[in-house]
Amino acid sequence: MKRVAWLLLVACAAAAAQPAPRRSGYQDMARSTQALQDDDTQNPAMLWVQDGEQRFATDCKRCHEPASMRGVAARYPAWDALLGKPVTLAARINLCRQRHVKAAPLSIESDALLGLEAYLARQSRGMPIVPDPEPRTKPFRDEGERLFRQRIGQLGFSCAQCHDDHPGQRLAGSLIPQGHPTGYPIYRLEWQGMGNLQRRLRSCMFGVRAEPFAYGSEGYTNLELYLKARAAGMAMDSPGVRP
Amino acid sequence: MTTRRALLAAGGLVLLVRPAWATPESLRKAIDTFAGGKDVRNGRVTLAIDTLVENGNAVPVSVSVQSPMTAADHVQRIAIFTPQNPLPEVVVFHLSPLNGRAQVSTRMRMATSQPVIALAQMNDGSVWRHSVDVVVTLAACLEGN
Amino acid sequence: MARALVRTPATARPGEVVEIRVLLQHPMETGFRPGADGRVLPRDIVTRVEAHFEGARVFAADLFPAIAANPYLAFPLRITGAGNLVVTFEGDNGFTHRETAAIRLA
Repeated sequence: MKRVAWLLLVACAAAAAQPAPRRSGYQDMARSTQALQDDDTQNPAMLWVQDGEQRFATDCKRCHEPASMRGVAARYPAWDALLGKPVTLAARINLCRQRHVKAAPLSIESDALLGLEAYLARQSRGMPIVPDPEPRTKPFRDEGERLFRQRIGQLGFSCAQCHDDHPGQRLAGSLIPQGHPTGYPIYRLEWQGMGNLQRRLRSCMFGVRAEPFAYGSEGYTNLELYLKARAAGMAMDSPGVRP
Repeated sequence: MTTRRALLAAGGLVLLVRPAWATPESLRKAIDTFAGGKDVRNGRVTLAIDTLVENGNAVPVSVSVQSPMTAADHVQRIAIFTPQNPLPEVVVFHLSPLNGRAQVSTRMRMATSQPVIALAQMNDGSVWRHSVDVVVTLAACLEGN
Repeated sequence: MARALVRTPATARPGEVVEIRVLLQHPMETGFRPGADGRVLPRDIVTRVEAHFEGARVFAADLFPAIAANPYLAFPLRITGAGNLVVTFEGDNGFTHRETAAIRLA
């Protein structure tokens, strides 16, 4: 009897010592919300994908075959040689517009840019997140990790405290996800519209009563670099639906 | 003494302004209007909705009615009502034998936990009902946006 | 310009009853929500959706503010032949939109 108890104790300790497997926010949702994401004929984000598809045909197809866009969203943020720093997918779309299409950049949270992001992200659905292997991205990714672990705001929380230490538990009734950016850009039921990762990060900062970074700030890019590295290998489930 | 009376008088004049939300009266009126004075009976209608909803902003809901959908016997209208939303009406669907089946779906908003009521009116004027109690756990968001 | 998606089955057989799915991009502002300045945002919703198949009305819906943003509707249709399904939307502030989808036979 004592031997069995000892074996059970060791087994439990061994199980507890293993890191929790990584979960996408999709897995934390109610079944009916998952159903919204699963079905392209019901997923509201598909309206933006349709818009993005048409804009892509007008502005981008002159250089890029749609089929070649597979896997692109899964590799961003990525190094931009001219700027000498990593850029997000949204920033890359705008850089392309300015440099090659000679068109004005699209505003960061505009439906037009979200549509293009959603269209591109859809092309990477199911593919694993692959952080940019370019070694020069490392200091920016490290800065992102520093931001992730830094306590901020009136509530004095760091991202890590909730999303690394207490995922699966609840904060004020809301389930804390692990916070992997596998579904972006997402249709968030609370927003009743689309948003990219930057919008979500701003909400998080606001939530702990911190001053969010300015729009387009490098802080968001660095955080996204780190988050994508933290989620490396996980499958994209974009464009996602979230509560 | 005078100051206190003045203050009390001023306080009494403050009107409590509150948006007018659905009341049992407005719900009853909305249902009466739909039913055209006919009695509403339970049965024949099935309202499919989650009984526990994590976000009241977009709640999937389906209503199906047993009916052959022939010219002689079909569903003309299906409506959904909520007693505790700002308004009692949610939607009214218009069907005919051309649909072949009486089943409709949409996504609705729910302001709070409440029963959701589906009514169906047949071509003979009869009205049938199904009601489901739904608990809404709106995310107690710390975030504004 | 409003975006809309009307999903018809890839192919259908005459006599078959299929499900038509409609998704429209529209904020469905309820008229009960306060904006950033605290004042209530005015109502701006889609109020009527209709579907016609080869000229005959096959479906209609009256929408109220309780229909979620980016409204989704699904309804059945008995297939009588190939042709065009025309879905029209009307709403506040003169909103109108029209979307056509083909019904193809197997």
